[in-house]
Amino acid sequence: MDATTAGIDLQWKPRRRHSRVGRLFDSKPFLVTLCMLPTAGLLLIFLTYPLGLGLWLSLTDTTIGQPGQYIGLENFYSLFDDPVFWGAVWYTIFYTAVATAGKFLLGLWLALLLNHHLPFKAFIRAIVLLPWIVPTVLSSIAWWWIYDPQFSIVSYILVNVLHLRAHYIDFLGSPWPARWSLIVANIWRGIPFVAITLLAGLQTISPSLYEAALLDGATGWQKFRRITVPLLMPILSVALTLSVLFTFSDFQLVYAITRGGPFNSTHLMATLAFQRAIPGSQLGEGAAIAVSMIPFLLVATLVCFFGVGRRKWQQGSDND
Amino acid sequence: MTDVAGTDALAITQEVELAASTKDAPEILSWDSRARRTITVYIPLAIFVIVLLFPFYWMAITSVKPDFEMYDYKQYNPFWVHSPTLDNIRKLLFETEYPHWLLTTMGIATAATFLSVGASVLAAYAIERLRFKGAQHAGLAIYLAYLVPPTILFIPLATLIFQFGLFDSPIALILTYPTFLIPFCTWLLIGYFKSIPYELEECALIDGASRLQILWRITLPLAVPGLISAGIFAFTLSWNEFIYALAFIQSTEKKTVPVAILTELVTGDVYQWGSLMAGSLLGSVPVAIIYSFFVEYYVSSMTGAVKE
Repeated sequence: MDATTAGIDLQWKPRRRHSRVGRLFDSKPFLVTLCMLPTAGLLLIFLTYPLGLGLWLSLTDTTIGQPGQYIGLENFYSLFDDPVFWGAVWYTIFYTAVATAGKFLLGLWLALLLNHHLPFKAFIRAIVLLPWIVPTVLSSIAWWWIYDPQFSIVSYILVNVLHLRAHYIDFLGSPWPARWSLIVANIWRGIPFVAITLLAGLQTISPSLYEAALLDGATGWQKFRRITVPLLMPILSVALTLSVLFTFSDFQLVYAITRGGPFNSTHLMATLAFQRAIPGSQLGEGAAIAVSMIPFLLVATLVCFFGVGRRKWQQGSDND
Repeated sequence: MTDVAGTDALAITQEVELAASTKDAPEILSWDSRARRTITVYIPLAIFVIVLLFPFYWMAITSVKPDFEMYDYKQYNPFWVHSPTLDNIRKLLFETEYPHWLLTTMGIATAATFLSVGASVLAAYAIERLRFKGAQHAGLAIYLAYLVPPTILFIPLATLIFQFGLFDSPIALILTYPTFLIPFCTWLLIGYFKSIPYELEECALIDGASRLQILWRITLPLAVPGLISAGIFAFTLSWNEFIYALAFIQSTEKKTVPVAILTELVTGDVYQWGSLMAGSLLGSVPVAIIYSFFVEYYVSSMTGAVKE
């Protein structure tokens, strides 16, 4: 008898200790706070606060090493009269529009090709993603070398192999060729992401729909237009939103290949903000350029998301 | 339209319809459809693969070319290397601080990955499983954080880093990378936790396990594939990060690989293309290796995260 009661006593003591800590960890508010704390802390300090700080900096004349004074909208007024800034705004929009269109057209095509029954399908799918995996700056350096004025391999192919042109192309030396060269490099880098994302979307489409269309005598184009495209819309709108957002705020590719040159003709808003803020040490002005990206980003995101996603809502499917 | 084979209707374009019909169709049609398939599928696909991979081939071949070959297309076919050399790579490894940059990058990427995945696991668990009031909003806020591009944050962050006295320190990068890693990882892990049956946790609760025990013993082991893909993503993204590393780090020996190649190896007007390409290639190798081991996780989680 004694032995058993002693045993029970022994059992109870650790349980009570366990339950004290355990009770604390079982209380939901405590546990939720504990779990959310690292994320909330990091994001608030290094994301939300800098976002507000950026707005404030854009209203000051801060330079590196010197805390600035509040100067109202002075930075924005001076940007408004700055042709380089407007050139950057214009090229950013152009770059985003053309590169996104290219990425999605070619990416959709590649996704449709990969959706066939192919030998080594998994392998092809894996290597096609490479441009997306490799650090952008490093692949951009490869593009820089491909665009070399004297030893460009593209020029070599066009001039010496295909004999299509008489002279080597000066890819990065004058404004328009430089602009197009950057767009091509961006499209090259963006195709894999779009293709693999859309491929995932294609694989969720039920084959029975195509069988039904086949029995109804639909042509290939009709099947593509009436089945593939509408069912691809939800995933397309998400991919489009992300793609537009990150193309608009691109920095690495342009900084690595042209650094905004020649004659500031290839500056994106992000590279211009960097140039003014860090090497130029005008933090206030740089922040103003970065802040003026926000309205564009908001409009672009909303247009992509709601403009493209709308069709699905009209069909009355669930929210998500 | 004799074909009702149908199974091949998985594919979309018209020619597949024809390809399907080969099962019943006469020989001529079968040849025709194969030719068509070659023109509409294999040739475009081959062009895509060549164009997507050519810059890497060019990078690789340039990095083993001796200088006299690299700048003389008349005598040497530029698409091939006639007398390969390891000179560029040797120069890179022994005459620059490249190994040091590799180690720095690796350290920063690893630390940022562990920090982000750890924080994301807790946050995702709280949002998906503890179901507190406002969990939906917290999830949405984290998702919105993903949409804030680093290019509008780096200027205020630079001043913040300076105030904290972290300028030119790897810790600055370890602490700022989670701003774009955590949103992504959290979102990915929420999706994974969703796929784990809630009943398992209820059983454990009834058996007297505490919440932390449940997370540690039940949920995490089941979410290992999700953790792996979140980890790979975080590692690749921090390896690829450029603008923060460019803005917050100044001294040569603390730079990360992408920044160092662009700011330290590009000197003067004559570029050392051989070393540049070798550096780019070697800098891509670690992510490529990790990627090749986990490619299946990678593809599925990438598409999964986008579908969310």
